[in-house]
Amino acid sequence: MSDAASPAEAAAFESASVIDAANPLYRSRRRLNYFLLTVSSLALAFGLFWLAWILGTLLYEGGYALSHAALYYQMTPPPGGDGGLANAIAGSLVMVVVGTLIGTPVGILAGTYLAEFGRGGWLSGATRFLNDVLLSAPSIVMGLFVYSLVVARMGHFSAWAGALALALLVVPVVVRTTDDMLKLVPNSLREAAMALGCPVWKMVTLITYRAARSGIMTGILLAVARIAGETAPLLFTALNNQFWSTNMNAPMANLPVVIFQFAMSPYEDWHRLAWGGAALITLAVLALNILARALFRKSD
Amino acid sequence: MRSEALDGLEGMNTSATSAPLGSRPARSAPWLDAAFQWLTRFFALLVFSLLAAIIISLVIGSKVTIAKYGFSFIWSDAWDPVQEDFGALVPIYGTLVTSAIAMVIGVPVSFGIALFLTELSPKWLKRPLGTAIELLAAIPSIIYGMWGLFVFVPLFQSYVQPLLIKVLGSVPLAGALFAGPPIGIGMLTAGVILSIMVIPFITAVMRDVFEIVPPMLKESAYGLGATTWEVVWRVVLPYTKAGVIGGIMLGLGRALGETMAVTFVIGNAHQLAVSLMAPGNSIASALANEFTEAVGDLYFSALIELGLILFLITTVVLALSKLLLMQLAKGEGVKT
Repeated sequence: MSDAASPAEAAAFESASVIDAANPLYRSRRRLNYFLLTVSSLALAFGLFWLAWILGTLLYEGGYALSHAALYYQMTPPPGGDGGLANAIAGSLVMVVVGTLIGTPVGILAGTYLAEFGRGGWLSGATRFLNDVLLSAPSIVMGLFVYSLVVARMGHFSAWAGALALALLVVPVVVRTTDDMLKLVPNSLREAAMALGCPVWKMVTLITYRAARSGIMTGILLAVARIAGETAPLLFTALNNQFWSTNMNAPMANLPVVIFQFAMSPYEDWHRLAWGGAALITLAVLALNILARALFRKSD
Repeated sequence: MRSEALDGLEGMNTSATSAPLGSRPARSAPWLDAAFQWLTRFFALLVFSLLAAIIISLVIGSKVTIAKYGFSFIWSDAWDPVQEDFGALVPIYGTLVTSAIAMVIGVPVSFGIALFLTELSPKWLKRPLGTAIELLAAIPSIIYGMWGLFVFVPLFQSYVQPLLIKVLGSVPLAGALFAGPPIGIGMLTAGVILSIMVIPFITAVMRDVFEIVPPMLKESAYGLGATTWEVVWRVVLPYTKAGVIGGIMLGLGRALGETMAVTFVIGNAHQLAVSLMAPGNSIASALANEFTEAVGDLYFSALIELGLILFLITTVVLALSKLLLMQLAKGEGVKT
């Protein structure tokens, strides 16, 4: 550019500031800038590429199994046989529901203490810290913990133990969101209730819970989404069951462990069922996530 | 329960005595307040003691190996269920190596994504793109494992690994990392898949901390003629250093404890290999594979001690991450 400069441009160059296309330092800085911003866009493309690839594979491989009604009402088959995942789907639903029902009240009440009663106290500070550590703790360790606490004592694997392991994963998520959402409730609401002579328990349950309702619901939905796909904590607690079982005191089939077992097997038809289960679980989890986001967005 | 009942009795007594005769007490049941507060405090204490309870139960569960090996368990590379001789070195090594690979790939990518989302993206694209990246975290880990084993491993084996061996295999020293036949599964594959899994976690933290940088700081830098990159590298990053490191530690904590995805692709071989292409084992995948099939007290105890080691490592990493993020939040409170 600059070597083909006309006399008029050369004159302009002499009077130009440092921010000029002809300034070599400025040009190299701009080049570096464009280069790195391109790299940053590529990083985003890299992330989205995996998401698209994984979801595409799931729909392609799992679509066949998903479109067959047998998947939803037949039991898991022995190798080579025909079958579906009905017992695994039911088992997963039961354990996720029971786990959520155990974990949610614990989480909400503990979160209530952190936000409403213990503000600034040592217990709430320490609990908040430890809860955040538990939030990302390896889920397989939760399985080990429940194994030594429940399974080893009772002497057998059971759906109760599986649900308890899942509940332990629900608690930190719900504590965190309840705490965060209650802290967002304006204090004037609380003061108004107290000024009317409302007891504290009524103020919390009828006023602040209601104000923070959609946020807490979001937390619960995200917790459900998280445990729905968890495999590791169920491996040593609920184990697996090839048959239909409604006995919470016995091993129970569940989708993640069935997927694990079937995918690791050498049988082609088991692989197909595993893909179907994988697609089913992923669609459910993604739908829950998007629902939770939509719910929270509407509220703010 | 007993203390609640006592509180209730006391509460009723006081309200009965203090209320003037003939008028209703102002607060019908103050004992309910105390009971409610104690109920919430009880559950807060429960959550508070959970971490300690986990550690104690794991220590009790692994007392046989702790008594037999002491600290030498950590650096012994033995793993022989038949002879009943166990050591944790191989799984610890596998866990650390796969997590390190995940960080090497995941951290720069997450930084790039966070930079794009905070500085480059048009406003209307921010939310959909951010959600899409966060959905990567929502996909269950078993899906990553299955997809990795059936889809990623064959492609990786036939295209990427031969290329790596050809290009890097002959480099002195570093070449040893890429030696051996391309068998698809192994520590490198596990690390690559882990890196995809930690990207959303690191990105989310980086994005959040980049957004708390006061606009005034950035605008001053732009006003002096800085380019976008210079603003990010010299203003945003130094300001958010603690938070960024906290985010990286959070991702590391996730990578260390990840189970299913690694179990599918790491190869589950108890061997100490220099080459990243070789199959190995991580703590979590050893547990997932062997725990239900373990026989004998010593074998069980060795596996539980592995779990204890994993839990202690991740707890330290996550606690550090939390401390760093708290430090940043404190600074933010002072400045605004």
